[in-house]
Amino acid sequence: MRLVEEILKDAPATPETKLTGKDFQSDQDVRWCPGCGDYSILAQVQRVMPDLNLPRHRMAFVSGIGCSSRFPYYMDTYGFHSIHGRATAIASGLKISRPDLTVWVVTGDGDGLSIGGNHLIHLCRRNIDIKILLFNNQIYGLTKGQYSPTSEFGKVTKSTPHGSIDHPFNPALLAVGAEASFVARTLDRDPKHLQYVIRRAAEHRGTSFVEIYQNCNVFNDGAFFAFTEKDTKDDNVLALEHGKPMIFGKAKDKGIRLDGFTPTVVSIADGAYSAADLLVHNEKDTILSAILARMADLPKLPRPIGVIYAIDRPLYEAELARQLEAAVTKQGEGDLEKLLNSGDTWMIN
Amino acid sequence: MSKTLKNLDKVTIRFAGDSGDGMQLTGTQFTNTTATLGNDLSTFPDYPAEIRAPAGTLFGVSGFQIHFGSTEINTPGDFCDVLVAMNPAALKVNLRNLCDGGIIIANKDGFSPKNLKLAGYEQNPLEDGSLQKYQLHAVAITTLTQNVLQDMGLSNKLVDRCKNFFALGMMYWMFSRPMDLSLSWIQQKFAKTPEIVDANIRVLKSGYAFGETTEIFAARYEVKPASLTKGKYRSITGNEAAAWGMIAASVKSKLELFLGSYPITPASDILHELSHHKNFRVKTFQAEDEIAGITAAIGAAYGGALALTTTSGPGMALKSEAMGLAVMVELPLVIIDVQRGSPSTGLPTKTEQADLLQAVYGRNSEAPIPVLAPITPADCFNCVFEASRIALKYMTPVIVLSDGYLANGAEPWMIPSVDSLPEIGPAFRTDPTDFQPYSRNEKTLARPWAIPGTPGLEHRVGGLEKEHLTGNVSYDPENHEFMVRMRQSKIDGIADDIPLAVVDGDPKGELLVVGWGGTYGAIRTAVESRRAAGKSVSHLQLKYIHPFQKNIGEILYSYKQVLVPELNLGQLSKLLRSKFLIPAISMNKVQGLPFMSSEIEKKIDELLS
Repeated sequence: MRLVEEILKDAPATPETKLTGKDFQSDQDVRWCPGCGDYSILAQVQRVMPDLNLPRHRMAFVSGIGCSSRFPYYMDTYGFHSIHGRATAIASGLKISRPDLTVWVVTGDGDGLSIGGNHLIHLCRRNIDIKILLFNNQIYGLTKGQYSPTSEFGKVTKSTPHGSIDHPFNPALLAVGAEASFVARTLDRDPKHLQYVIRRAAEHRGTSFVEIYQNCNVFNDGAFFAFTEKDTKDDNVLALEHGKPMIFGKAKDKGIRLDGFTPTVVSIADGAYSAADLLVHNEKDTILSAILARMADLPKLPRPIGVIYAIDRPLYEAELARQLEAAVTKQGEGDLEKLLNSGDTWMIN
Repeated sequence: MSKTLKNLDKVTIRFAGDSGDGMQLTGTQFTNTTATLGNDLSTFPDYPAEIRAPAGTLFGVSGFQIHFGSTEINTPGDFCDVLVAMNPAALKVNLRNLCDGGIIIANKDGFSPKNLKLAGYEQNPLEDGSLQKYQLHAVAITTLTQNVLQDMGLSNKLVDRCKNFFALGMMYWMFSRPMDLSLSWIQQKFAKTPEIVDANIRVLKSGYAFGETTEIFAARYEVKPASLTKGKYRSITGNEAAAWGMIAASVKSKLELFLGSYPITPASDILHELSHHKNFRVKTFQAEDEIAGITAAIGAAYGGALALTTTSGPGMALKSEAMGLAVMVELPLVIIDVQRGSPSTGLPTKTEQADLLQAVYGRNSEAPIPVLAPITPADCFNCVFEASRIALKYMTPVIVLSDGYLANGAEPWMIPSVDSLPEIGPAFRTDPTDFQPYSRNEKTLARPWAIPGTPGLEHRVGGLEKEHLTGNVSYDPENHEFMVRMRQSKIDGIADDIPLAVVDGDPKGELLVVGWGGTYGAIRTAVESRRAAGKSVSHLQLKYIHPFQKNIGEILYSYKQVLVPELNLGQLSKLLRSKFLIPAISMNKVQGLPFMSSEIEKKIDELLS
């Protein structure tokens, strides 16, 4: 038996007592700016964790660099606060070598999409069972206010006094394009929705990509207020539900209809259209996932939140395990003596 | 006509042709056969970076040199005795490596007007008398191959691909080697296409018969077996040895081997080799880039694997930030750098030793990492095993500096018994009582390896400075200095845990030649030859570069002069001068080629005259 299996053979696979959110709080003081959206995300993650019925010792949170990446210090699980952009790659190695662990990556729009963009897309396509929480605040916070790869065109920041001339990424669309098997979007200021999406990501088997709109009240305050504040959110947000027609608006009077490949807003209050004419959400529809992810870039459309895409496809680590088992079945358990003496050898007498 | 059989102590043969001519394969076949006859040997594959460079060009020439003998062989030979040249370019590029009076076997058919022009010959050197000082044999290898296969209905392309076996057959005859090994190799290799098996076998046998029956070769040669230590041997290249050494370390540590790697010449063969050994439960992860290669390995180490990343110079540069992370989080990791001609892309397929200072110092801030260097192809096995031992015992990344010459070169290797390899490895922390992630083992100063999955040891690691013992993030000035010094002391302390250095030759005298890593063979050959000529010269080859072995200073101070030959501009010299304050004499070569022993002999003579 391998040493790791040997020492962990008696480790419980489920918590011995029912855990609470508090059990997931580490002894470290949380040091984000007062009013930061990260507090809410941390609280909701800690609230959801007990429901997963996993012991704390089986969980690992891996992060890179940035405000969001301080996250693992505040979780009383295993944690690895690594280097800029590489959390997804470190988590990949960890999960491949230890499929028994539940591995989360916490990253931001700078860490995950700029310096770490390469690793992120490759993790998505490989479909290693890792849950990625990408806090998108459309700004560099830790370095004090430069524009990020998700900042809007024309954004005036410390490093773009004349306005940004970079075209931004749409994270959900990037994840869809990178073949992530689970893509969702949620908001820091909607705790219930946030919990729902975190739970869905946790339950998904494969790489889960969750974009969380997160308010940076110091350097980019209000970036998502249109989607989070009471007066505006209902008319600007489309909450996706699998199998349900896409209806939104304060009075639930608007819906999404496809005109060719283009989603359009129609009224279902004036009699021209009814709910039966609307697009019905299907999390497993590959084409629809691209349309929904693209909606964030099209004017006059509500922003879809919820699970955009969730499909089942082979896991990298499971395929690897299958190859290892097949090799053992075919050649027998590796025998070093046999290996060293394989092929052409000769005796000197 | 009866042919004379001459006895030789040692011979160097160079096979040269287009990169598509199969010269590497031909050389490898000759090597394997020669090894099984009990000759000592050393090989040097010398090939272009282009996979199929335009045919007939000078830069497309691929060469394979083998030096074998009945005596100890430590280098692939400075000059060759026999040059097999498949076209004019191969002749032109390699003629300067042929000794005076050497044998040229040229494929006459390859010397077409087009190929002559491509090689820059105005006249055909096979006909203009310019090769008079050599024993020239122009053989119509292509035509002869075609004749042998004419009834088989194979395409011209396939027929052309068989011609290297004709050359191999001639060499087998000339040096009295049996064909069995190559015959059975052909049968195995092409088992799925019986006509290819048939064709290659026919051509190989025809080449052999050609040597025997035609009158152009007056003599054939015999090279008796060397007096090697008794035991069971195999031929092994540096990259194979490195891969197997890591498997051995995995077996002996009972840890799963995880390789995170991105393909790069000349290191990729380690990735290839390890990916074939899945029954050892080796997990190979071909990452999206060099950084992901090392960081995935760090992730695996965090999870309790024996973690490895493999690369060459440009990849080392990309990995350096992550190496700093491994230093900071104190996780075991083996980093193999198969050095090549650099900087930047440099000379990907050529050898060099210029990553030494990068390995020792090339990270931001104080980030000490042990550095080891194998000295022969087979020594790569021992070196990576030792690197694994140190990494696991001291919870540190360890760098192994191989090079292109060791990686692709082969030598006979006495197969070690598995029992003779020590158990190595970790004591995972499992006890939650008083657990502190940055507490220290009193002797090694290593921190505990507490892997995720262990109940009660939940903790956080990371690149931010850690508070002594608790591992909490700390900006305390005194703590930072304490931790910087702690990490340095841990690495320095390894000097107490490695064997003392041993000098070849007298323990004191006029001159000590100090090399490191892959220059061993050339230096040893040179020093032996000068010692035989009565010179007071000794040899020290360093396998441990950082930290140095404890007796290095004492050794250096025992000689009047210290010569340091290196395939760089003097990197070890710098380290020796700064650490031991000696006026080390630097001898440097940066041509993408290994030292010739004659170059070092000349320098020794110069210093001792």
